Amino acid sequence: MVTRGFFSGRKPPTDADGRIPPGQYLEQGFPVLSAGPTPRVRTEDWSFTLKHGPRPLKKWTWAEFNALPLSRMTRDIHCVTAWSKFDTSWQGVLIDDILADAGIAPPTAFTLAHSFDGYATNVPAKDLVAGKAMVALLYEGKPITPDHGGPARLLVPHLYFWKSAKWLNGLQFTEHDEPGFWELRGYHIYGDPWREQRYTDDP
Amino acid sequence: MSEAAATQSPWQMAKIIRIEKRTPRVTSFFFKLSRPFAHQAGQHVDVRLTAPDGYQARRSYSIASAPESGGTVEVAIERLEDGEVSPFFHEVAAVGDEIELRGPLGGHFVWSDSDGGPIILVGGGSGVVPLMAMVRHRTARKSSVPVALVFSARIWDEVIFRDELIKLDDRRDGFELVLTLTREPAQRPDDYSRRIDAQMMMQSMSRLPEPPKLAIVCGWNAFVSAAAEALIDADVPAGLIRTERYGV
Repeated sequence: MVTRGFFSGRKPPTDADGRIPPGQYLEQGFPVLSAGPTPRVRTEDWSFTLKHGPRPLKKWTWAEFNALPLSRMTRDIHCVTAWSKFDTSWQGVLIDDILADAGIAPPTAFTLAHSFDGYATNVPAKDLVAGKAMVALLYEGKPITPDHGGPARLLVPHLYFWKSAKWLNGLQFTEHDEPGFWELRGYHIYGDPWREQRYTDDP
Repeated sequence: MSEAAATQSPWQMAKIIRIEKRTPRVTSFFFKLSRPFAHQAGQHVDVRLTAPDGYQARRSYSIASAPESGGTVEVAIERLEDGEVSPFFHEVAAVGDEIELRGPLGGHFVWSDSDGGPIILVGGGSGVVPLMAMVRHRTARKSSVPVALVFSARIWDEVIFRDELIKLDDRRDGFELVLTLTREPAQRPDDYSRRIDAQMMMQSMSRLPEPPKLAIVCGWNAFVSAAAEALIDADVPAGLIRTERYGV
């Protein structure tokens, strides 16, 4: 239904055709969102653990993790709070390369990403592999700032950005699709921005 | 704590039944819901505007009214100069207009009197809006949970809900209002005139009978970062601090 007196205001640039999912607007800055204070994670204390259920499969220190192959991704990102940001540039380790270093294929179809502050979010394994996702270490060529999830965050750019868990410290394969922090608090279990899967009852 | 999964509701038409200017930059819009919902204090609604060419803009706004306010919700909207939706509300929206609205939304940044306390609420500018819903909920429930609200504004005239908050403070029923103005001298004896810091957090918490069980912080990103650091420096465990941020 047309809103009386409202006219298209902040139209995306014409070269943005097809790049803005429904309900999103283009943001030039980089808003920060989090459920709590920004944890200060020192790289000396940082580790990343790959798990299958409760069982650790492999654990990396910061130095070991940084010795893995580094890949680059430039992607548009979409936050459920309705901003989108074009051409964000990241460097990090593809989930494919993490799995290769551990010498495994995904043992189950589902994962939970875990963070130092207790945050967790679920992502199907198929959305993490084949070059679709990475553990990002650099943003625009520089270490990721603490507010944006540094030292390391998950990057799953094709899903709403709450799936790209900040302050990442592990990835756990689960037998079932287990809702994480926001998914337990009203947000969609999958979160495809192109289908506007924002809240639990969105199709 | 109120961490149960929130149940959503589909889009509905909500009629603006009252508009009240709160400060030079903040105006409250009172919506009568066509399908009333029960929200938790701290939750937000999404509003969606549709242009004649089909273009849509949506934004989230915190609910300022208490869950006990019945079938209407108050949303206090700050006018952002480079905004798209807030200028529409400030310049175009009128009583009688119907706006598409969805909610209540958000299941983390909430507080109910049954969650207990004491609690410390820390708001910067329009970040006070969801905290106001909590304060009003406490009042509506005649709750005795000790609550300290630390509210930072630039100047006295930008203290949103000022008269209502001071009246509640004057009741001395366990609600403590601490105002701090960043660009003007304090106007009340126990208030402050500086940015929030750890000492202010400590002094504000000393007005509570015991350390807070929960700290709830809302405002612009830089404000929330600074306030959360100040709380941590004042020995509030990080795990007890909930934040809601906006802006870049």
